[in-house]
Amino acid sequence: MAEASNTYRDGPDDMGHFGLFGGRYVAETLMPLILEVERAYDDACADPSYAKELDSFRTTYAGRPSPLYFAERLTEHFGGAKIYFKRDELNHTGSHKINNCLGQILLAKRMGKTRIIAETGAGQHGVATATVCARFGLECVVYMGAKDIERQKPNVFRMNLLGADVRAVEKGSATLKEAMNEALRDWVANVDDTYYLIGTAAGPHPYPTIVRDFQSIIGEEVREQMEAAEGRLPDTLVACIGGGSNAIGLFHPFLDDSDVRLIGVEAAGKGIDTTEHAASISGGNPGVLHGNRTYLLQEDGGQIRDAHSISAGLDYPGIGPEHAWLHMQGRVDYVSATDQEALAAFQLCSKLEGIIPALEPSHALSYVGKIAPELSADHLIVMNLCGRGDKDVFTVADALGTEVGAES
Amino acid sequence: MSASVTESRLTRRFEKLKEKNRAALVTFITANDPDPKLFRQLLEGLPTAGADIIELGMPFSDPMADGPSVQLSSQRALLAGVSIDDVLGAVADMREWEMDTPVILMGYYNPIYRYGPAEFSEAAANAGVDGVIIVDLPPEEAEELNHHLRANNLHMIFLAAPTTDETRLPRVLDHASGFVYYVAVKGVTGTKSADISEVSARVAAMRKQTDLPLGVGFGIRTAAQAAEMAQFADAVVIGSAIVDIITDGIDGDRRPQPGLAARVLDFVKDLANGVQTARLGGAENASTGAGA
Ligand SMILES: Cc1ncc(COP(=O)(O)O)c(C=O)c1O
Repeated sequence: MAEASNTYRDGPDDMGHFGLFGGRYVAETLMPLILEVERAYDDACADPSYAKELDSFRTTYAGRPSPLYFAERLTEHFGGAKIYFKRDELNHTGSHKINNCLGQILLAKRMGKTRIIAETGAGQHGVATATVCARFGLECVVYMGAKDIERQKPNVFRMNLLGADVRAVEKGSATLKEAMNEALRDWVANVDDTYYLIGTAAGPHPYPTIVRDFQSIIGEEVREQMEAAEGRLPDTLVACIGGGSNAIGLFHPFLDDSDVRLIGVEAAGKGIDTTEHAASISGGNPGVLHGNRTYLLQEDGGQIRDAHSISAGLDYPGIGPEHAWLHMQGRVDYVSATDQEALAAFQLCSKLEGIIPALEPSHALSYVGKIAPELSADHLIVMNLCGRGDKDVFTVADALGTEVGAES
Repeated sequence: MSASVTESRLTRRFEKLKEKNRAALVTFITANDPDPKLFRQLLEGLPTAGADIIELGMPFSDPMADGPSVQLSSQRALLAGVSIDDVLGAVADMREWEMDTPVILMGYYNPIYRYGPAEFSEAAANAGVDGVIIVDLPPEEAEELNHHLRANNLHMIFLAAPTTDETRLPRVLDHASGFVYYVAVKGVTGTKSADISEVSARVAAMRKQTDLPLGVGFGIRTAAQAAEMAQFADAVVIGSAIVDIITDGIDGDRRPQPGLAARVLDFVKDLANGVQTARLGGAENASTGAGA
């Protein structure tokens, strides 16, 4: 692929493979459905009216473009590289997830589907899905792990307000992995009217590609905005990784700019050397789950391990297949940040920039804090501030040993 | 690419049953569910109870195509402890005394991928396994395992689903080996009830496109339903209904109640009776058999 054509941007191949990774590892019942999604997406891409409608919703409904913001006080604080935030937390619904949901809901509508299902971890994708379903008048069912329902209560309430049916999944670790299993089972049982709106750049082909394409607006805007702000490309891009959608959206437009360093930050939970983390590249190996081959946390016998992260949106034992491939190619560096490091960055950002970030990008910020001091003042870092922290206040209060509503 | 496995325990069994003008009863249980001891008792009793083909589930942590019954049984087996080598060991032991009943393994790809497709295929053949069904390996992704299976004279059995349309079916049939497994419901295992007339129409349509035996599974729970399917299908697969008896027959620590193995095997006898008598008396219209 890349070797032959000198680009990192032309994957996947016709079968949905990024080198060893990706593919379509699904039960036969679902094969015709994902082939139908692929055809419908190809059709939509060839139809200018589809792009036009999406563009209009991005601008007038989601609020794009999101600003590129110079984080002056954090730059001063770290005393090195110049730090910019891509402010995707300012999008309608509070994260980058809406970028993908708008694209996919317009696709589902074209396909004549009337019922939408989704999985969610942090609840951000669930909220974004419930939002577009409300807007387009479609039935919405969101599968969410019982543990995540507990720690992301504000988002559960929002989904209910938006008219979604939030179904608790009690099995296993009761987090994102089980929610995705349950969504796939629902889809197998409701093939005629249902569209599965996957929330991250993972799952069977064509989902990793579709989600990447819809999220690439992030990186495309950064290119233009950095050109306007500094007259050149950034030097380093940093994004957190759950399934990898915000990261691939930021990275993809820059993959062939070899001078731009790309860093994905996985969740190290209680530490990469413990069994309680969610860093599938740093701590896992290749395997097959949820329709694709990728890096997974697993036992020697191939049973999937439960992930752990303080951040529900990163608490997943896999990663999108394009990231697995970019790791193999050495094009993107994958590092990790622990729960504690993310919590510290969460507080620092709140106090110094007046922005309460989600716990997910707090992982990315923690890593920015590690490299920025070592870099020169003309080194430009862009971090994807892909979500806001309102949903996390209960979790953070708990971790800090206080309570929401307690006097401080 | 056509299947290269032409002669096996599985093809012989289907030929024999065709001579007798009856369908095969395929029983599914999960290896080591709820513990190795009961599992081995069941394995030992299944051939005499009337199972013509034994299907063994290889448990996986994330059985995405399975409903609650098989999910629970996989979880129990994983708690009891079960590796691929344990499953193959049980089959190898069975082959000491039972040479004619085919054994097929059903599972998900990741444990096999970790084991190594070549190593797995060789070890399975050595143990006396006859074929595999890998739920999440559609024809598009199957070759990486299938060429090792073929090299070891093992069948890779593919599923055809209600959603498998006319353009796609030839692709599935082209890869199929041993028999074609028609998924009788749009859904995961053990949740919906199969619609006989729909299924028989699909099976009749597939007959025109393949000489392979046609099995039907998912959503068949009773001896009466099995008998109805057995009038036109070459094999009838029962899984969740068997597994549910185990679920109902154990305590909170997964300990089987006395007599549980006998209860499971009695149910299999019922099913076998239904399947074996399905085409007797007034049902001649339905029974043309495979490739007829
Ligand atoms: C704010 C935020 N960031 C990141 C993620 C992780 O997903 P991804 O890696 O697909 O961007 C989530 C997922 O819920 C999220 O809510």
